[in-house]
Amino acid sequence: MSIKLEYDVLGENFSTAGSASDSVKSQLKMLGINSNDIRRVAIAMYEGEINMVIHAGGGKAKVEIYPDKVVIVLEDNGPGIKDIDLAMKEGYSTASDDVRNLGFGAGMGLPNMKKCSNSMDIKSTVGVGTTITMTINFTN
Amino acid sequence: MELVNKLHTVSLDPEKCKGCLTCMRRCPTEAIRVRNGKAMVLYERCISCGECVRLCPHNAKKVQYDDFSTINNYKYKVALVPPTLYTQFNNLKDVNYVLTGLLELGFDSVMEVAQSAEYITETTKKELRKSKKMPLISTACPAVLDLILVRYHNLVDNLLKVLAPVDITAKLARERAEEVSGYKKEDIGIFFISPCPAKIYALKTGIGVTKPLVDGVLSVGEVYFKLLDVMNNIAEPKKLSKIGPRGIQWASSGGESQGVKREKYLACDGMENVVNVLNQLEDGKLNDLEFIELNACVGGCIGGVLNVENPFVARARLLNLKNELPPNINHLSDVDKDDSYYLWQVNPDLQDAYKLADDRMEAMEMLSEIDKIYKNLPQIDCGKCGSPSCRAFAEDKVKGYVDKNYNCPQLEDKIIGNVNENY
Repeated sequence: MSIKLEYDVLGENFSTAGSASDSVKSQLKMLGINSNDIRRVAIAMYEGEINMVIHAGGGKAKVEIYPDKVVIVLEDNGPGIKDIDLAMKEGYSTASDDVRNLGFGAGMGLPNMKKCSNSMDIKSTVGVGTTITMTINFTN
Repeated sequence: MELVNKLHTVSLDPEKCKGCLTCMRRCPTEAIRVRNGKAMVLYERCISCGECVRLCPHNAKKVQYDDFSTINNYKYKVALVPPTLYTQFNNLKDVNYVLTGLLELGFDSVMEVAQSAEYITETTKKELRKSKKMPLISTACPAVLDLILVRYHNLVDNLLKVLAPVDITAKLARERAEEVSGYKKEDIGIFFISPCPAKIYALKTGIGVTKPLVDGVLSVGEVYFKLLDVMNNIAEPKKLSKIGPRGIQWASSGGESQGVKREKYLACDGMENVVNVLNQLEDGKLNDLEFIELNACVGGCIGGVLNVENPFVARARLLNLKNELPPNINHLSDVDKDDSYYLWQVNPDLQDAYKLADDRMEAMEMLSEIDKIYKNLPQIDCGKCGSPSCRAFAEDKVKGYVDKNYNCPQLEDKIIGNVNENY
């Protein structure tokens, strides 16, 4: 059994980024998921939402909650990632100066998402879009 | 968890309650429901913030504090005075009038909470230097602390495990009273004058300590009116105050942070803002900060629901009073105590007020049932069903907080209002 959730992530709007994360968090709390696991889900989702806002003009977050794990799929129709290995390097970012001035684009988004996940898969085609799938296992 | 007709330290008067939806909509933890035309409470979710007391248009909620006369149950009476009390008086130039007035009202001794606040400031600085976890979240506001214990378990490691200034004041006051009064322990009564119900609940239950530290809690409002009567007749106040600017500013949001003197801090007040900050903290969004001060009431403690004065007037007075105070600083070295004296002796219990069921599969089935019900609701959060939102109504149905056969009363009709065709 699983619970499926779906959220639209709006582009060009930093203030609403995190609302999908908030909704998922409250449902995980209702399931009694270990608080550290909820923290990992929250950070992974929030960083993913921010990435979609900064780079892709928004996208979709599809979340499926299983008894022992959560699978988060982030889909966008943005510019795609040219070099995934480079994008995964801590501190590497293609964010604009404007975005950096807001405190984002430190090049920690993808590395943090990976750190919080048990597994992360990135599929990206330049000019078409990016799909990131993160799986986070519950420890309790 | 079940619905009851009382809150932590707040009583509900069913005679006065008209079953309007005001408190239900604004309760930050969704603890209130309206059933059979009266407000009811999911007790475990109440964090004593006082928002419902503040908002109730029918005065159906009363904060339960101790009657002033209870001080007479003790032979030696000590008042613990919060800095907020000083800000309630118009044209007050010298806080000693307030302290002397309390002696006139029957207290044998007074001790200022702002003095301990200055010790806590130094303790907090020490904790910040030691802490591996950043940012540290202030635990001075018990409503915020309770909110974290009820709903933000993943932020518990970020809590500043330091006692509140009033706790330290109570400990010091009792020790001093036992030393100087000559009375037996049971004859000494320690009373706090509280600006809010959250402090009452925290002191009555004891947060971070093994047993309550005070014998009673009075309200700022009640004491204020008693003080008015006596303060005008004081010709020359006794020089009792020991506080400096750093301590008194704790009454206002941002005051605690200013004392801690960390560059990367955030001070936020008002429940909605506090909830936003806590959500962002969970997402790791504010990880570059060092110190976070959160106050449930707008303005900080000066916004407490038991005060008499508007918080913005009170803040202006606070700034004026701060300028009148001597540039004292109370240092930890003035009181010869170990660091542990200022820290929590026990960690407060976490509350599982939102968990659906202990069994994961059962909880999942309940959650998907909630989702299913919610999808078929109008999602306009009108509150007519007596639950604060359509989502909460779906939860209530699954959890049994509302009769299973009771359906959404707004399902067929849209709320349209009467359009004036001639307008």
